[in-house]
Amino acid sequence: MRLFDPHIHMTSRTTDDYAAMHQAGVRALVEPSFWVGQPRTSVETFVDYFDGLVGWEPFRAAQYGIRHHCTIGLNPKEANDPRCREVLDILPRYLAKDGVVAVGELGYDAMTAEEDEVFAAQLALAVEHELPALVHTPHRDKIAGTRRTLDVVRESGIAAEHVVVDHLNEVTVDLVADTGCWMGFSIYPDTKMDEERMVTLLQEYGTERMLVNSAADWGKSDPLKTAKTAQAMLKAGFTDDDVDTVLWHNPVAFYAQSGKLDLDGDTDIPVDRSATFAGNSILRGARPES
Amino acid sequence: MTRKTSPDELHVLLGTRLTGEGEQWLTAALDRTRQDRAAIGALFPAAGRRCGRGPLLDVESSRPPDPRFRGWTVDDAARTLMMAALPLHGTDLGDEVAALYRYGDAAEKRGVLRGLGPLDTDGKLGDHALPLVHDGLRTNDTRLITAALASYGARYLQPAAYRQGVLKCVFLGIPLADIAGLDERADAELARMLTDYARERRAAGRDVPADVLGLVDPTDITLSREA
Repeated sequence: MRLFDPHIHMTSRTTDDYAAMHQAGVRALVEPSFWVGQPRTSVETFVDYFDGLVGWEPFRAAQYGIRHHCTIGLNPKEANDPRCREVLDILPRYLAKDGVVAVGELGYDAMTAEEDEVFAAQLALAVEHELPALVHTPHRDKIAGTRRTLDVVRESGIAAEHVVVDHLNEVTVDLVADTGCWMGFSIYPDTKMDEERMVTLLQEYGTERMLVNSAADWGKSDPLKTAKTAQAMLKAGFTDDDVDTVLWHNPVAFYAQSGKLDLDGDTDIPVDRSATFAGNSILRGARPES
Repeated sequence: MTRKTSPDELHVLLGTRLTGEGEQWLTAALDRTRQDRAAIGALFPAAGRRCGRGPLLDVESSRPPDPRFRGWTVDDAARTLMMAALPLHGTDLGDEVAALYRYGDAAEKRGVLRGLGPLDTDGKLGDHALPLVHDGLRTNDTRLITAALASYGARYLQPAAYRQGVLKCVFLGIPLADIAGLDERADAELARMLTDYARERRAAGRDVPADVLGLVDPTDITLSREA
């Protein structure tokens, strides 16, 4: 079984997670840029974070046989801080980079005027750079937030099939199902969605334009939720092909719209543990043999 | 003295390594760069995807490889031409090149460092980009250190910094044939540093790399204790 996690924050995870993910079948993932748990206070710290997403993190993933791509954007929470707004000015440089397959994650947090502005500006960048957009729905006031999100997407002129609306659940999926946007679901240990509820939605809505992710980050979350959802699908009578559609072909199809998804036609990438990134190795205590 | 490489010369060489599609993209990218100084921000990162990432020199060619292009890749050359197309000089050019480096991934940074030499053919850059060379030398990334010691670094680094750069290459196993300027800049102090290094290796029962042996007096590195 090959798996593609279309939304996971590996910067917050350990090498043990990478090893367990590979063991479970994960061969590719996308790491959206997001809030790191504590507010940032300057543009420069974003730049260093973006550099990690296109540099050190793909290297670390490759050490465990996993292809790493990312999305770049200014998240809504920090869009409210005027000190971070200038991140918008440097986004074009990063959206052009090889491993960047979408703009994101975008959307609303508290639905402020500042968030409106930054959201719209980044959807315009997605159109300009011919990239898909990863849009999340807010944690609070979710139904109203999802409606407003879809309005802004429509007004932006971005093609619906270039947008995934993420963190959906039973009460918000209907709002998105008929829009032509992709539907994203984050499977969490306690909040958002769980595997069984996800299987029920797949039975009801089918597998088309459906994306399942773990959205694992620095909080209580589980990087193996894609694999666990796959198992739950099989147990409920879905075929291997159905699982492959939802957990491989769909994310590949969505992010391939960027023209920059590089899977090299082979999901088993060779692992070279002696490699270094900027002279750093993930091996501790021993320099790789030269 | 090694002959300077001009962007025009680089363009001719690159032309032999591009596909039709790559050539078309590069021509359009250079035109846009000449007209709009901001355009390079999004064009520069795309050079590898659009033009290729292979070696600039044709490895199957029967002609001996030109040592000036040793280690150059197709995207290094494309990025150099883009920088050369910027309608800027002096400090302004230095500022834009610094931004390309600051926001660059490893391949882009390498392209900037390698491209500085050709960019300065007619002295239009001067030493404005020297801080980038120092930044490259501070990393532990062998690709960046090698590129930092390409022709521009060899031209402008102060003697102490150049010597430390060479010594860092030796420690990291970067072949000295991959860096520029040794013929002109190897001095008695560098020989002293390499001799001490070679003695230390011998004292530890380790081999001394052949390219280091070529720069020191063999009679100086026989094992002896410091008085």
